[in-house]
Amino acid sequence: MTETVNDPYAGTTESTSGPVFNVTGGDWDSIDADTLEGDKLVINMGPQHPSTHGVLRLILEIDGEQVRDARAGIGYLHTGIEKNMEYRTWTQGVTFCTRMDYVAPFSTEAAYVGAVERLLGIEEQITERAKVIRVMMLELNRISSHLVAIATGGMEIGALTVMTCGFRDREEILKAFELITGLRMNHAYFRPGGVAQDLPDGALDQLRDLVAILKKRLPEYAALCNANPIFKGRLKDVGVLHLPAVMALGITGPILRSTGLDWDLRVKQPYWDYETYDFEVVTRDEPDAYGRFMIRQYEMWESLKIVEQCIDRLAATEGQPVMIADKKIAWPSQLSVGADGQGNSPEHIRHIMGESMEALIHHFKLVTEGFRVPAGQAYFPVESPKGEIACHAVSDGGTRPFRVHFREPSFVNLQGVSAMSEGGMLSDVIVAVASIDPVMGGVDR
Amino acid sequence: MSDETPDAHETQDGSHETRAELQKSGTELEIIGVRQGSFGVHGTGDTSGFGGLRRPIIMPGAATPPFGGWYDEVAERLAQGEGLADAIEKVVIDRGEITFFIRRAALPRAARHLRDDEGLRFEMLSGVSGVHFPGDEGRELHAVYHLLSMTHNRRIRLEVTCPEDDPHIPSVVDTYPTADWHEREAWDMFGIVFDGHPHLTRILMPDDWQGHPQRKDYPLGGIDVEFKGGFIPAPDNRRSYS
Repeated sequence: MTETVNDPYAGTTESTSGPVFNVTGGDWDSIDADTLEGDKLVINMGPQHPSTHGVLRLILEIDGEQVRDARAGIGYLHTGIEKNMEYRTWTQGVTFCTRMDYVAPFSTEAAYVGAVERLLGIEEQITERAKVIRVMMLELNRISSHLVAIATGGMEIGALTVMTCGFRDREEILKAFELITGLRMNHAYFRPGGVAQDLPDGALDQLRDLVAILKKRLPEYAALCNANPIFKGRLKDVGVLHLPAVMALGITGPILRSTGLDWDLRVKQPYWDYETYDFEVVTRDEPDAYGRFMIRQYEMWESLKIVEQCIDRLAATEGQPVMIADKKIAWPSQLSVGADGQGNSPEHIRHIMGESMEALIHHFKLVTEGFRVPAGQAYFPVESPKGEIACHAVSDGGTRPFRVHFREPSFVNLQGVSAMSEGGMLSDVIVAVASIDPVMGGVDR
Repeated sequence: MSDETPDAHETQDGSHETRAELQKSGTELEIIGVRQGSFGVHGTGDTSGFGGLRRPIIMPGAATPPFGGWYDEVAERLAQGEGLADAIEKVVIDRGEITFFIRRAALPRAARHLRDDEGLRFEMLSGVSGVHFPGDEGRELHAVYHLLSMTHNRRIRLEVTCPEDDPHIPSVVDTYPTADWHEREAWDMFGIVFDGHPHLTRILMPDDWQGHPQRKDYPLGGIDVEFKGGFIPAPDNRRSYS
């Protein structure tokens, strides 16, 4: 049966598999039920839909309220970041990849700089203080990412207070990010060889205040949700995925740990001295949306423990370098805010412009041409809030990446949406997607 | 003076020469191209005086057993699999990571053996990523698989190559269902056809897109930006070093 429907917004729609209705609002009554054969309906949810975490498109075949078939359509936020990175220097690459998963940008930066450092063979030379700062930023970012996951997940099932609380507390963390990196998002703060900038004066006090605020506010989520009958009713036994399915689909992070397996790269394959921090891997034997929600909640506490240890270590390493000593790789200047409020480095400018011709040449070469990375390839996995994020970087010995590929946990985990929602109710699809916590910037890159 | 850019033909000839010369020494080298001049500047005149310099780009070469550590155990057990005796083209150990170059026909069997064998148990496929080496003649397209064994806490990399004019590699979706989207992405971006994939369609680009954007011969695109009468070229047309 072929029917042509006139849609004033999308032109003509042709279908060979049944009548097509364009219902965009609450005008379901306008559908003439007599023209339907059976109760089967294919619904296109997204890409513009408030509860699909950005531009995710779900193609759902429903029978009444039950989902028979669920498919995810992605690519609406594809911006060609990987291709673009091939046209910039290795250092500039951070500026691009930080924009992939914008909710957890430090994890992407970490995977990238880790891969570049492995290619350069300088992993051993990264300074203690740089590693501590990186770990602290990663863990603060884990808390802010989990807060977004809980906040948006709550909003999607109607718990608006959870959303306002989540974004309120995330804002506190973003303030700390702004203090340290200059930006709330898109930081480009981790650089091959270290971090862009040491902490500003007074940062440690502010970080201690932040920890105190979070300690006061994190229990609010437990009080609001943990035993809330509506919340439990919506989340329990929804989006169930057991260990064999999770492994087959390559899913990692809180979803994997909700099946009871204590797989966390920070412990199993530690990087940047994670083995020296005291924290627990949170697992749960509830492979459903509720279990994942609880894991995220407890992981925030564990991250807070790590952040506290980082603050102590940062206090002990005050004044130590945050960039590798190798002048052929280290970015030459440390920015500081001048009297005019602009950020530059007066001392460095005086040195290169007034004192040393060689320093000027060196600065010019490093900034315009960049450093060369020996040919080869490296794979650097990091435990992001969503699972294993890794960068596969290939170098041809040049000053620009030959190829970088990101194994994005959002991309991989989103494959699980079909298995989680088929056979369930339509309203549970939303909960299942929220429990995966995909960020489309990371999925589509 | 863009006419100074060496054309593709010349570069290929250079690559032939260098390859022949370097391979006289007896070792098989992984040459993927030739870098010209001192700074890798293309297009404008190279005033350094080293414009005639030609250096091959060599990827890390094959390792010979014993590899050390658990590498030997994995290599041996992999070769013991049914019909896998000569599946391994070569083994590269570089920067603490081991790469098995697998002949493409043997890939599905190798993947199944790697997952199911008790001593190997690579239960999880982390990802598949394509790489395009236009200078690697006869094996321009590489598919790179990163495997993880949670049982033994090991990671290995498989690399399978195929020529640009026959871009077929067997799919591993049967063994690793997670490869579904990864292979679709590699098809979308590099045009590698994964035979046996249940529905190899584009995933990130629109369905009717022409070409495969992450191939090296596919332009980055972009437009020049005008500012007060001057033009800043698009990123792929700027003077750059590589």
